[in-house]
Amino acid sequence: MDAIILQILNGLDKGSAYALIALGLTLIFGTLGVVNFAHGALFMIGAFVAVTISRLLTFSHVVLDETKTDFLGNPLKVEVPYIYDIFGEAAGNTIIDWSVPISILFAIPIMILIGVIMERGLIRHFYKRPHADQILVTFGLAIVLQEIIKYFYGANPIPTPAPEAFKGSFDFGAMLGMEGAGIIYPYWRLVYFAFSAIIIGAVFAFLQFTTFGMVVRAGMADRETVGLLGINIDKRFTIMFGLAAAVAGLAGVMYTPINSPNYHMGMDFLVLSFVVVVVGGMGSLSGAVLAGFLLGILESFASMTVVLETLPGINQIIIYLVAIIVLLTRPRGLMGKAGVMEE
Amino acid sequence: MLGLNKKDFGLLTIVIILTVFAPFILNPFPEGSALAQFNAGYPDLMQRLVIFGIFAIGFNILFGLTGYLSFGHAAFLGAGSYAGIWMIKLLTLNIIPAIVASVIVAGLFSLLVGWISLRRSGIYFSILTLAFAQMSYSLAYSVLTPITGGETGLQPKVADPRIFDAPLAEGVTPRANFFGMFMNDSYELSVAGWVFTFNVGYYIAAIFLVIAFYISIRIFRSPFGLMLRAVKSNQQRLNYTGVQSKPYTLAAFVISGMYAGLAGGLLVAMDTQAGAERMFWTASGEVVLMTILGGSGTLIGPVLGAGFIKYFENIVSKINEGILQAWFSFMPEFLQEFFVAIFYPFIGKGWHLTLGLIFMLVVIFLPGGLMEGGQKISNLFKKKSKTDSGSGSAAPEAAE
Repeated sequence: MDAIILQILNGLDKGSAYALIALGLTLIFGTLGVVNFAHGALFMIGAFVAVTISRLLTFSHVVLDETKTDFLGNPLKVEVPYIYDIFGEAAGNTIIDWSVPISILFAIPIMILIGVIMERGLIRHFYKRPHADQILVTFGLAIVLQEIIKYFYGANPIPTPAPEAFKGSFDFGAMLGMEGAGIIYPYWRLVYFAFSAIIIGAVFAFLQFTTFGMVVRAGMADRETVGLLGINIDKRFTIMFGLAAAVAGLAGVMYTPINSPNYHMGMDFLVLSFVVVVVGGMGSLSGAVLAGFLLGILESFASMTVVLETLPGINQIIIYLVAIIVLLTRPRGLMGKAGVMEE
Repeated sequence: MLGLNKKDFGLLTIVIILTVFAPFILNPFPEGSALAQFNAGYPDLMQRLVIFGIFAIGFNILFGLTGYLSFGHAAFLGAGSYAGIWMIKLLTLNIIPAIVASVIVAGLFSLLVGWISLRRSGIYFSILTLAFAQMSYSLAYSVLTPITGGETGLQPKVADPRIFDAPLAEGVTPRANFFGMFMNDSYELSVAGWVFTFNVGYYIAAIFLVIAFYISIRIFRSPFGLMLRAVKSNQQRLNYTGVQSKPYTLAAFVISGMYAGLAGGLLVAMDTQAGAERMFWTASGEVVLMTILGGSGTLIGPVLGAGFIKYFENIVSKINEGILQAWFSFMPEFLQEFFVAIFYPFIGKGWHLTLGLIFMLVVIFLPGGLMEGGQKISNLFKKKSKTDSGSGSAAPEAAE
């Protein structure tokens, strides 16, 4: 029992990332009908927004510390982040410590901006082109974005720690009344899961309970009619693209403490997220979220030692295997709608 | 001739001439001159040019004709490589069994993958092929290590059985050969500063390229090829007229898988090693790039695309900051620094950035690839000469 709970928990953080990326992909596909291969790059850019913010916060100048001396008797040079000068040392330290959550505030406008620029600048011109062209141009864009990041940040992973308060692990079993059952779980992963649950809930609520969301849903169902009613649906879809970019970016920001970001993390996630979208069913938002968590948890079950002993290597291929089985038995994915992507 | 019409025969002749004289064409600059870095006439690169040309021709038979975008074609190249290297390890260092085995194994593998993947079309098909390729890649790295060598890959060793060969003397490295001609043997011809290298492996690969190209012309012109085009233009209508399209698409898939296997076998024949990284999905993406860049659905486009990408990959990644400095040294210093700073991200390790940009530009402005670009330019000239002379045939050339 405890092993099962632990594996479910382990699957949640990856599943959350899959679900968030897949949600954005489905949003873009459902609204604009574009297959966006650059979505993984948006996830990666989000992660690097966090890296940049934490670098900016620790941006320092050198001062001479008269109270300490080095071994030659000269005053010691100390690097002091500018943030100390503004907020004082104690508050400055807290801010630096909380750089990843703070990045969220910056990531939202940055990612929306990037998303809108991408949509207006490039993807808009590809609505009428075949899906293959959309895949190819966004694939090229993903390569370009990835290489730009590589040029500025190097090829090595950049560790970006979580705030001190969320470092380490805790006994999750204690919360379920199973003291000492060995369900030790890192704090940050739970934070990540909670965060993505909130984001997913917010996106659904936005679509379900606001007028804007209602119009967007109407546009997803029948774009032409909504346009004929005098609503500028293109503009709203552009905003939805920005929103999807922000969702992917936030997923990236919060993922940095779990896995140090590197320039190809987006591509690694993208391939799997596409599989997730297809398993969930193209065009179905809840399907994407469901499949994301489902595949994340399945993956973590497949990495159990017991499973690996009977089926070696299964953890590497389980997602693809499930995708093949689902696509062959349920052609539209788990919750796909009829008439989507069926040319 | 050879069952081809005049135009196709001309195309085949061009390919033959290009491949035969490639050592001259790719080495236009004398040795030691400032432009010698643009030479591509060395064996390793020339071999890769033709091998990836074969790969792209095969991919084009599937994607160009039927419109099915496979994102997992590298798996067949990888499977072919493994089959080839095992023939070299077990049977003989002669490359013929290796190449035959690689084509057969890749064909069988693609039959399996295609039979399953072709139940779906569109993006679902792409994802299915991608899933199969990624599975093969992961398995080759983990569980199948006894067969694939895992991360180290496979190389022929002196101690390998090689039942058809006489045992090698101690200390002799096993080299692949074709009835005694070693793949890495070259004949160098020096003419007044130019050095031309004629490599055995290159010419063997080139023969395969010509054969592969000939077969692809025949497929393009056959009723079978016409059927495949029908699948691309309107599969639904084809189904309504009572034609079962699956056998045709599956045949195209297997043929292109065998081409990939042939490319894999040739890669093994040239450098006698195989590794899982050849199956990674970026490798599948690369062949898509080659085909699109050259012009999918055209006969010669994919070969040009493959040549273009492999050539520039080699040349651009060799350029370093010093060479850039030298190029712009005629300018005033601040301009020189400016241009070097601008171009620096695109060269050397930045090759992928250049590739991504070129690729985006091609997809945006020239969906038909380089072939379409060439056609547009030639049409431009034709129009000009027409207005100049006031006569001349107005019929535009059929797309090829």
